[in-house]
Amino acid sequence: MTNALSKLLETRDWLMADGATGTNLFNMGLSSGDAPELWNDEHPDRIKKLYSLAVDNGSDIFLTNTFGGNASRLKLHDAQSRVRELNRLGAELGREVADAAGRPVIVAGSVGPTGDIMLPVGTLSHADAVEIFHEQAEGLKEGGADVLWLETISAPEEYKAAAEAFALADMPWVGTMSFDTAGRTMMGVTSADMVKMVDDIPNAPLGFGANCGTGSSDLLRTVLGFAAQGTEKAIVAKGNAGIPKYHDGHIHYDGTPDLMADYAVMARDCGATIIGGCCGTMPEHLSAMRKALETRPRGERPTLDQIAEKLGGFSSATDGTGDNEAAPKRERRGRRRAS
Amino acid sequence: MSDDQDDIILAELDDEELVQQMFDDLYDGLKEEIEEGVQILLDRGWEPYKVLTEALVGGMTIVGHDFRDGILFVPEVLLAANAMKGGMAILKPLLAATGAPRMGSMVIGTVKGDIHDIGKNLVSMMMEGAGFEVVDLGINNPVENYLEALEEHKPDILGMSALLTTTMPYMKVVIDTMIEQGLRDDYIVLVGGAPLNEEFGKAIGADAYCRDAAVAVETAKEYVARKHNQMSA
Repeated sequence: MTNALSKLLETRDWLMADGATGTNLFNMGLSSGDAPELWNDEHPDRIKKLYSLAVDNGSDIFLTNTFGGNASRLKLHDAQSRVRELNRLGAELGREVADAAGRPVIVAGSVGPTGDIMLPVGTLSHADAVEIFHEQAEGLKEGGADVLWLETISAPEEYKAAAEAFALADMPWVGTMSFDTAGRTMMGVTSADMVKMVDDIPNAPLGFGANCGTGSSDLLRTVLGFAAQGTEKAIVAKGNAGIPKYHDGHIHYDGTPDLMADYAVMARDCGATIIGGCCGTMPEHLSAMRKALETRPRGERPTLDQIAEKLGGFSSATDGTGDNEAAPKRERRGRRRAS
Repeated sequence: MSDDQDDIILAELDDEELVQQMFDDLYDGLKEEIEEGVQILLDRGWEPYKVLTEALVGGMTIVGHDFRDGILFVPEVLLAANAMKGGMAILKPLLAATGAPRMGSMVIGTVKGDIHDIGKNLVSMMMEGAGFEVVDLGINNPVENYLEALEEHKPDILGMSALLTTTMPYMKVVIDTMIEQGLRDDYIVLVGGAPLNEEFGKAIGADAYCRDAAVAVETAKEYVARKHNQMSA
């Protein structure tokens, strides 16, 4: 399949993605609780500004302001009837900014989780999930997104439902999960599990990886876990700029631009091809990351100790992968057949 | 579904074996088996409160520990909680009728501006699984909602959840309002949510930050026991 992203991946051995969407929009006056996607209609100038901040600071790829733009999330703002429109607008604004950049820049149509838990443990059926993602995908496609970009997913079922929907929309895609629970996703998926899952998906993504989660050290441990599986697909690393801290009534992320520059270079050494930030990653972080990626040489794949030394310790001792980690199991009594 | 295991007939197990089997069935999220087990114990003359604490809460404690230790994850916990709920539905009216002691109660909701509720729902379910009564205020709660619910339900605990760094400071607004109105010390305030940490919990004046739903249950038990001790002292 030829598309703007796979073309760019053929000519470059690393690409820089963007940083935070929410953190930047809040700085522009978005109040918490409001749907950022409504701004695609109400404040197109601010959304273009958001995209430009990424492009001007070196991003080769930026994500559209459509993360919560699915019917299930927009319903909370009584905007579920505007899915197609808000996604189209978000992508159109992105198209304008990317086409004016003077270099190839990818418009990635952001697709976040539905926020619902899928059957059998939750209430969302596979068919409904596919329909929800498909509707959003069509809007993004209509607006001119180059690829679709699934992110912050924790359940494999939801990832697969999105993949199916993107096939219906006939769009290339990238999909990342959020590994925030002792190196796994909230639903227990390890980095190795994800590689296996991605390999088995009929409509395979161009790239896969990790975003958000718990600090940059944890994220790189996850990337090392992906690389250890020997995958051929592009690995995405989009980590938060450190950890949120509370100061005088507001929150800021403690990751400095210097730290994020180290993180970016180390992410590349760990095996990531597409490197960006997530929450708390501001323009100054991006520009430091770009400079580091351009000027610093590639190095050996870092060890966990080297990552911890440079970026800080891990949030958990292990991440559910590795030889020394026989999964702890509870002693069970004889099982009864479900009657 | 192999045939090399004989079916276990719950009614043929003695009390101790049955409780052990119910621990396993809770662990595996087998709702019908839990409902059957509860009924058998009641039929054998167990007090509803004893069924709750020894069979159900006992089993959910194991689930909680394994969730905390990274052996179980959210899907398994939700299934276990669902099985627990089946048993609770049988016990609830009986517990009320027999005037059984209460484990404690909690009002919980995500704060104003925050619509992310998976974590909060998980805490609700685990708290119910531990035998607490939970009043769930849902998402996006302004301070007035919390205060009204405290007034109406007089819970032991107020639980607040936030998933966004932009909404977590609102927890302080709620706590500050409670202080202003002289209510703060009447309640145990527990906070949680992905971006929070212990330092934040202290900074805003909560009693404790709970890393996950399992920790929330343990913390709640500890604080409620302490509170009851103080009251009887």
